[in-house]
Amino acid sequence: MSTVTYPVPDGRIGLAGNLRHIGALTRRNLMRIKADPESMLDAVVVPIIFTLLFVYVFGGAVSGGQQAYKQYMIPGLLGTTGLNLAMAVGTGLNTDFQTGVMDRFRTLPIARSSVLVGKMLAEACRGMVSFAVLISFSLILGLQLKTGPLGVLAAVGLSMAFGMSMVWISMLLGLVMRSAQAVQGVSMVVIMPLQFGSSIFAPTSTMPGWLQAFTRYNPLSNLADACRSLINGGPLAHSVTMVLIWSVGITAITAPLAVARFRKKA
Amino acid sequence: MTQTVTAPTDRGQRTGSRPDSGNAPDSGNAVEARGIVKHFGATKALDGVDLTVKQGTVLGVLGPNGAGKTTLIRVLSTLIKPDAGSAVVGGFDVLRQPKQLRRTIGLTGQYASVDELLSGYENLYLIGRLLDLSGRDAKARATELLERFSLTEAAKREAKTYSGGMRRRLDLAASMIGRPRVLYLDEPTTGLDPRTRNEVWAEVQRMVGEGTTVLLTTQYMEEAEQLADDLTVIDRGRVIAAGSVAGLKAQVGGQTLQIRAVDAAELPEMAHCLGEAGIVGASVSTDAGLLAVPITGDEQLTAVIGVLGTRGFGVAGIDTQVPSLDEVFLAITGSSAVAAAAKESQA
Repeated sequence: MSTVTYPVPDGRIGLAGNLRHIGALTRRNLMRIKADPESMLDAVVVPIIFTLLFVYVFGGAVSGGQQAYKQYMIPGLLGTTGLNLAMAVGTGLNTDFQTGVMDRFRTLPIARSSVLVGKMLAEACRGMVSFAVLISFSLILGLQLKTGPLGVLAAVGLSMAFGMSMVWISMLLGLVMRSAQAVQGVSMVVIMPLQFGSSIFAPTSTMPGWLQAFTRYNPLSNLADACRSLINGGPLAHSVTMVLIWSVGITAITAPLAVARFRKKA
Repeated sequence: MTQTVTAPTDRGQRTGSRPDSGNAPDSGNAVEARGIVKHFGATKALDGVDLTVKQGTVLGVLGPNGAGKTTLIRVLSTLIKPDAGSAVVGGFDVLRQPKQLRRTIGLTGQYASVDELLSGYENLYLIGRLLDLSGRDAKARATELLERFSLTEAAKREAKTYSGGMRRRLDLAASMIGRPRVLYLDEPTTGLDPRTRNEVWAEVQRMVGEGTTVLLTTQYMEEAEQLADDLTVIDRGRVIAAGSVAGLKAQVGGQTLQIRAVDAAELPEMAHCLGEAGIVGASVSTDAGLLAVPITGDEQLTAVIGVLGTRGFGVAGIDTQVPSLDEVFLAITGSSAVAAAAKESQA
C-alpha cells in the first residue's frame, strides 16, 4: 500500500517547488536529447569538423603554420561554442509551442519561467559536453594550454556568459517565428556573418576598412581575443570588459522583450 | 495492482479548508461562466457566452468548426484571458486565482499534447512531478494510469510510435494525473476510428462515474447524446440553445426511422396505414425505396413495427437516424441562420 499525497490547492509555489519543477523539466529536456541523439551532432561533431577544416585547410595560409594557427583559432572557436548552443533554445521552445506540449505545461500549477530555466539548464549540460569534446580534441591535435587549466576554465565561463545573453535573442526568435525550421534558418543568418566577420578565424589586419570597422565592434571578436589571451596569455582587460559589457547590454535589452513575449504567448 | 492511490482528503474539504479564499462553498456548479467575450482582431471568437456545468455532470458544448468551442475551453483553463466576462471553476476565478484553478482541472486538447520523444511512462511521471507529487508517488500514479488506459505494454516506448488512439489515451491519462475535479475534453474523438472512439467514450463514462465533472466539446450529435447530461449549442461565438439533451432533442424532433420495404410499391400503402394508426409525417422516397418516419420515442418505434407487422408488410430493414448537427442547427435557429451561413460562405 502506498498513498499518494496531494498538496492542498494554493496559489503559492515556493522555492522548493520551483526547484523541483525546474529539475523535472531539465530532466525532460535531457531525455529528449537522449531520445534524439542526432540533436547532439551540432554540439559534438561540428566543433571537430570546424577545427579540422580550419586548422588544416587555412592554417598554413593564415598563420604560416598549423601549430601557430591552432593557438590562434581554437580559442576563438571555443568562445563561440556558448553562442552556438544558446541558439538551440529558441528552436526547442518553438517546437514545444507547436506541438501543444506548452499548453499542457501552462495548465499545470507551475511558474512559467521554470519551463525556460529547464531549457537553459539542459542546453548548459549539452554545452559542457561540447566544450569537453572541443578541448579534448584540440589537446589531441596539439593545442598548448599555456596558462594552464584555469585559463581554459575561465574561457569556458566567458563563452557561457556571452551565450546566456544570446539565449534571450534565441528565445525571441523562437517565440516570434512560425516554425522551428524558420528559427534555425534565421539563427544561421545571424550567426554566420558575426562568426566570419570577426577575428575568430583570421586576423582582421588584412580585411578592407569597412569590414575592419565591423569586426572591431563585433562582440565575437572581443570574445575570441579574450579567450586567446586566457589560453595563450596576453592582455585581457579590454576584451574581457567588452564581452561583459556586450553580455549585460544584450541581456538588458532583449531579456525583457523575450519575457514579455513569452508571458503574452504563454 | 496492489497499490491503492488515495487523495488525502475529500473534495469538499480541499476547497472548504481555505476559509480566506472567499470561494463559493458549494453552489452545485463546477463551472460557471458569465458573458465571456474574446476577440481576435476583428473576429469575435466568443461574443458573450454563458455556461454552467453542474457538479458531477457532463456538459456537451456542441457547435461547428469555428464556433468558438476551443477558445471557450482555453479561457476556462486559463490558457487565454477573456476580454470581458467572468468564470469560476471549482470555486476559483479564472482571472484572479489561475494557479489554484489549474490544480483542479485537467485538459485534453484536440491535438494530443504529449511529448513525442518521451515514453508514455516518462510523460506521465513528468506531469506527476510538476503537480508536486513525490518521485515515488509520481511513479505509482503513472504506473496505475498506464494500466488503466491499457498502455502498460507500450509504457517504455516513445510516444511517437503510438497510434492515434494510444496517444489520445495517453493524453487523457496525463489529464487525470492530478485527479482533476473538472475535466475539459476538447473534441476528444475527432479523427479517431469508431473502435478507439468507443474506448475513449467508455473511459470518459468511467471518470464521470467516479465523480469527475466533464466539459466536452464536440461536433457530433451522437457523441453529445452518448456522454452529455446537458447541452450548450454555440455558433459564431454565441449560445444559441442550452438545456438537457432530452429537451433539445424534443425541440429538434428526435429520431427518424428509415424503413426499407421488400417491395417499394408498397411504400405509399405503408405510410397510409401508419397515418391511420396515428403515426403522422411519414414521407415516401420511391427512388431510394425508403419510408422516412419521424418518431419522438421508443413507444412510437414499437408502434410502427406493430402496425407494419399486423398489416403483413414485407420489411427488409429499419434504421434509426439521429438528427445531424446541421439538422439541430436548422431546427434551433430556423432559416435565418442558414441564410447567414450561406452569405458568409459566399463572402
